[in-house]
This record gives sequence, C-alpha cells and structure tokens, in this order.
Amino acid sequence: MYDKQVRRRRAILAALVLCCFVLLTAYFGESSGGPLKSIQTGAMEVVAPVQEGANRALKPVRDLFGWFGDTIDAKGERDKLESERDQLRQQVARLQVAENENKELRGLVAYGAGAGIQDYSPVTARVYSRSNSSWYSTIEINKGSSDGVAVNQPVINDKGLVGKVKTVSDGNAVVMLLSDTEFGVSGLATKADQPGSVLPVAGSPGDLLFDLVPDAKEVRKGDSIVTAGTVSDRLPSPFPQGLLIGTVRKVNGIGELDRTIHITPAADLRNLDFVQVLTRPNADLRASTTATP
Amino acid sequence: MTWSSAAILRLVAVGLVGGILQLTTVSQIAIFGVPADLTPLLVVSVGLLCGSIPGACFGFGLGLFMDTLLAQTLGLSSLVLLTAGYLAGRLRELRDPAHGLVPVAVGAAGTAIAVIGFTVLQFLLGVDAPVSLLLVRQILLVIVLNTLLAMPVYLVCRRVLAPFLPDDPRRRRRRAYTTGGLSPLSRA
Repeated sequence: MYDKQVRRRRAILAALVLCCFVLLTAYFGESSGGPLKSIQTGAMEVVAPVQEGANRALKPVRDLFGWFGDTIDAKGERDKLESERDQLRQQVARLQVAENENKELRGLVAYGAGAGIQDYSPVTARVYSRSNSSWYSTIEINKGSSDGVAVNQPVINDKGLVGKVKTVSDGNAVVMLLSDTEFGVSGLATKADQPGSVLPVAGSPGDLLFDLVPDAKEVRKGDSIVTAGTVSDRLPSPFPQGLLIGTVRKVNGIGELDRTIHITPAADLRNLDFVQVLTRPNADLRASTTATP
Repeated sequence: MTWSSAAILRLVAVGLVGGILQLTTVSQIAIFGVPADLTPLLVVSVGLLCGSIPGACFGFGLGLFMDTLLAQTLGLSSLVLLTAGYLAGRLRELRDPAHGLVPVAVGAAGTAIAVIGFTVLQFLLGVDAPVSLLLVRQILLVIVLNTLLAMPVYLVCRRVLAPFLPDDPRRRRRRAYTTGGLSPLSRA
C-alpha cells in the first residue's frame, strides 16, 4: 500500500516536471504565431476584463500604500525640488531667449510643421496589470489590435518613452518596458550629438545603459538621451526620432573601453496608469519620403 | 486533505484570486524598491496544508497561469513553483513540524527556491542584457518581504481550505477543553 502511494506520488511529480520541459521546449521552438503563443494570447483576452475590474477595484489599496511611501519621501523630495526650481528659473530665462532665436531660424530654413506626437496617431490606454519579475518588465494595457495597436509600436507617457508593444490581441496588449532584458533601442545624446544603444540592466529597473557610443567621452552627466529614429532606410526603427528616453545619471570609468554611461529613464516605470501607443510611428518618415522627388 | 470537487474548486479559486491580486495590486506596491511576490507563498502554504502532490499540482497550475498572463516563457514559473510546493508538502509529510513559526521559515525558503530557481533558469536559457549585481539585492529583498507576508498568507489559505483539512489533534483537544469538555488533567 505504502509502495503504491510512493510510486503514485513519484509518477505525478515526474509527469508535472515533464510537462514543464515539454512546454519550455515547445515555446522556444515555435514562431511568434505558434499554437502556444496563440493560446497564451487567447487566455489573456479572456482574463483581461477580470484583471481590469480588479485593478480598478483595488486602486484605493495601492493608493494607500503609495501615500505612506510618498509621505516618507516627501521631505527629501521638497528640498531637491526647491533647488531644481531655482535652477529651472534661470534655465527658463535662457530658454525664452533661445526660443525667440529658434523661431526665427525655423522660418529661415523653412522647417515644416514639427513632427508632434499627434502625427503618430497616439492611442491612449489604461494600464491594468504589470509583471513583478526582474527579467520580464511588462505591463498590460486595455487597447489592442481593434484600436490599431500592433506589435513593436512605441509606447510613451507624458514623460517620455516607456517601451514597445510585445504582443497584441483584440482588446488588450502586453507592453515590454525599457527595463525588460529583451529591450533595446538606438538613442542619441542630444548635447554631445553621439549615437548609441540604450540597453536595460537586469535587476536594476531604474537604470539603463547607453552603450556602443563612438565618442563616449563627449557624453556628460545630465545630457538628455532621445530616440535616434530611422538612420538607414534598410533598417527602419520602430521608434520615431526625438522621443525622450532619459537623462545621463553618471558616467563610470575613465578609459574608452571601460566607460559605462548610466541613464535614468524619464518615465517612472513603476507608476504607470495611462500610456499612449504611437500607432503610426513612421508618419514622419513617410512624409519625408513622399516629399522627396 | 479530503479530495472532492469542492476542495479542488477552492484551490483553483485561491490560485485565481491570488494570481490576479498579485498582478493588479501587490506587484505595483514597491517596498524598499521591490514588490512582494505572493505566488511562492500561496504554493508553499498549500503544500504545507495539503501535502506534496497537491502542492506540486497547485504550483504547476499557478505558474502556468502567471506565465500565460504575463506573456512569459511557458513552463518556467511552473517548474520552480511546483518544486517549492512539492518540497513544502514533503516537509509536512516527513516531519510534520508543529512550531507556530514554521510557515514563516517555509515561506522564506519557498520564496528563495522560486526566485533563485527562476534566475538560474533564465541564465540557462540565455540572457541578452548585462546583469547588475543589484539583482542579488533585489532577490534578498523579495525574500525578506515575503518572509513578513508568509504568516498572513498561510492563515488565509488555512481558513479557506479548513473544511477539507484533517482536524488538527492539538486544535481539537483545545476546543473540547474550552467549550466545557473535561480537562486532560482531570482524567489523571
């Protein structure tokens, strides 16, 4: 009797482990439209309304915890913001002068209507769930293919780039955040005019690396990093040019080879309630192509 | 554990509610910069209360549910959670620990198995991005947070599954005494 129980227990355990390995192998082997990924998308579609409802219902709980954290951080934030305010006042004065000059220059070079975000047909979506793993930084949003959302479209919020669409179904989509280990985007340091690749750092969600920079010593702390956009027609980028990714937090190392540039993302990836998906990210590229004879 | 469709339904409900709560609320509340992870706690609680096979099955199912909803590699979470659930169940079957703080220790150990196991599997499957040493800090903080949450999660699981669990002899003896039964001392 005891032997039978032991054999049964071992058989069930072995079957479960085997199931896991079969799933892992099949998932890795199949293409993006494979049966397992389709089942995954279908299941997400089914559970999405429940998750969205739960997300709204439990928002007061999250806000309560957020309030405690905010109160503790408030004092330090206030001092920091006061010094930032003083700096920004000076900056605003300088920028007002620069803005007038800029207007004149724009007129001179007949710079067309700036490629504002509206040109990219943004779709506003609510975030209703997020992953908690150090390896997969994803959020789920309540807009999908029926709203024009497609895989690889860029996702932003009012601060800057948030990520890109990973998978999409009819009414919802999974967004891969900047901090996901599979994410990568070509960036440009605006002041130094240096291109490079923005990569995540696994285990450190508030930190990004600006890598493969040709002249890294030109990049300084506080420089803004924006998306580089499509540089070559053969390799079109899914991200339009000029979306703010973040600012350089620190530059480590003094040599060319060991220099690492750390970026703080502009968007607060831990607190996302609403995001915008740019459903026509190449609008500016199409416009320039049609304008060229 | 008494196996019935009602018991299985309750286990499924625990998994669904726990998984959705994790995704919609707990994962969005960062304490010391990291969110807690309820899933290993639920799995080890079920393992401790119901045994190794229910623990392993529950871990497998909950892992699959989380992998599906988060568009992660299917089978990864299942593998680590079924290990945690099975080991918690085996501990109960072999040692039947009676100390009140056992769920806390098992919760911490289960979280460590789940988080470290997940990390090791990720390395085995290949990581494209550079890995920061802060990952170690994150893992430790998740274990600490989960240790604090282990007891409440265990008590909730025990309350939900209580009708299907064998009556604890210690509890039965205490109840009989406090509700007018004879004190064990009076029999002597």
